[in-house]
Amino acid sequence: MRSRKAEAFLPAIGVVGLVAIWSLVTWRQWVDPVLLPSPVATFDSLWHGLSGPLGVDFLKTIYRTAASTLIAAIIAIPLGIVLGSSEQLYRSLEFVIDFFRSTPASAMFPLFLVLFGVGDETKIAVAAFGAVLVILFNVAYGVMNARKTRLLAAKVMGASRWRVLFDVMLLESLPQTFVGLRNGVSLALVIIVVAEMFIGSQDGLGHSVFEAQQLFDMPRMYAAIFAAGALGYGLNLMFLLIERRFVHWSGK
Amino acid sequence: MSAPPARAQTAAVAPAAAGDAAKTAHVTIRGLSKSFDKTVIYDNFDLDIPRGELISVFGPNGCGKSTLINMIAGLVPTDAGQILFGGRKLADVNFGYVFQNYREALFPWISAFDNIAYPLKLKNVPPAERRARTEALVAHLGIKLDLALYPYQMSGGQQQLVSILRALVVEPEILFLDEPFSALDYEMTLFMREQLQRIFLQTRTTTILVSHDLEEAVFLADRVLLLSRHPARVAAFMPVAAARPRTDVTLSDPDFVRTKAECLSIFQREVRRS
Repeated sequence: MRSRKAEAFLPAIGVVGLVAIWSLVTWRQWVDPVLLPSPVATFDSLWHGLSGPLGVDFLKTIYRTAASTLIAAIIAIPLGIVLGSSEQLYRSLEFVIDFFRSTPASAMFPLFLVLFGVGDETKIAVAAFGAVLVILFNVAYGVMNARKTRLLAAKVMGASRWRVLFDVMLLESLPQTFVGLRNGVSLALVIIVVAEMFIGSQDGLGHSVFEAQQLFDMPRMYAAIFAAGALGYGLNLMFLLIERRFVHWSGK
Repeated sequence: MSAPPARAQTAAVAPAAAGDAAKTAHVTIRGLSKSFDKTVIYDNFDLDIPRGELISVFGPNGCGKSTLINMIAGLVPTDAGQILFGGRKLADVNFGYVFQNYREALFPWISAFDNIAYPLKLKNVPPAERRARTEALVAHLGIKLDLALYPYQMSGGQQQLVSILRALVVEPEILFLDEPFSALDYEMTLFMREQLQRIFLQTRTTTILVSHDLEEAVFLADRVLLLSRHPARVAAFMPVAAARPRTDVTLSDPDFVRTKAECLSIFQREVRRS
């Protein structure tokens, strides 16, 4: 029992260690304090920032990431099911999907700028474009890799094609769909933050990091980086918790 | 209708069937042919399966034991021939099928109870009746399982029991089992044999069981269908006289041991041939 309790604290060791080394480095001034502020200064900036402008940036980035992931999911999940349910159909489109999945989404910024202008639409559209392909690929593979015995079992019990699709294939693909959603939301966040830095943005975490750096406000820059990290970690964790709740059979 | 000679052969090796007029053929297979690539598995194969009996199918590896029941159950298409159930086609027959791989045959996203009731859902039975019929089946067979669990929370034997119940819920006239216990450990296999025998005694559903374990095949069966190497012929259709319910004592009963030995010698003769 005691060792169980002790194990729960293991993840804290890395955090404490990192902060300790960081404190030591800044206290001994091994690194220029302008480049690396102390943990206290950074967390003070994070704390005050979140109730002020950094909080607004944080919400903006959440909104853009959520919007692009949502759009991507709405497009990719039904399309992935359709493509996955016919292996020939998927094979005929596989190269196109893989090609654009391998294309850095950031390379699409100029094109999307022409299409959508410099507003939020461009950032959300590029992030959605990247996420669509990742989700689509996973959903299609989830459907294609549905256990043959399970499909056969449904068929032998007299299930129609539609029944097999909705009662078996869709549920079979859910664990893989969640893998796609987690990867998709991570990619969307990366694209959104980059877009906020360079595509004429007035707000968002990317803009905040970039602006703080331009103004040489290092505590604020680190605070924004930590906020972005927390957001990425939180989104991933949120999808994991949703998955554990609704796809209870995943990995079993 | 083609090829009566093989049919006569079937009857000749199964004298018990001839003496029992009440036992009519349930499944009649005539002129069945099947090849995979260039390998001929069945060539003009005839067989009568009697009604209300438990038939074990046993034979050399790769002789097409599973293929036979898969063709009867419509999972594998035939190349030629006819399979009728009391004169009717498969589409008009209520049947149940139990897969070897229970882990992949059950649906992990719904409870064991909902798994058992699922075939009724496919037949558009209203929810309340589904519930009642599933509960009645479980009570009738005296199965003691926590059916609120998900399949992955159960042991292998329990999962296979759920699979069997799922196959039985539609009150099938014929039940197919494809090596249902071969993925279970020995202790669980013994327990499951007992369960299957009890279910059979309760329902008297015509049952066709593919087995790769001769003791199991003989222990459970009213008749053991021994197949030859491919192209498969009926090497013997051996009646097993031992009274039911059979128990551990049956395993050492001289009659039972003799039947088993006879099956084994036919099997070995078939293995050595070619």
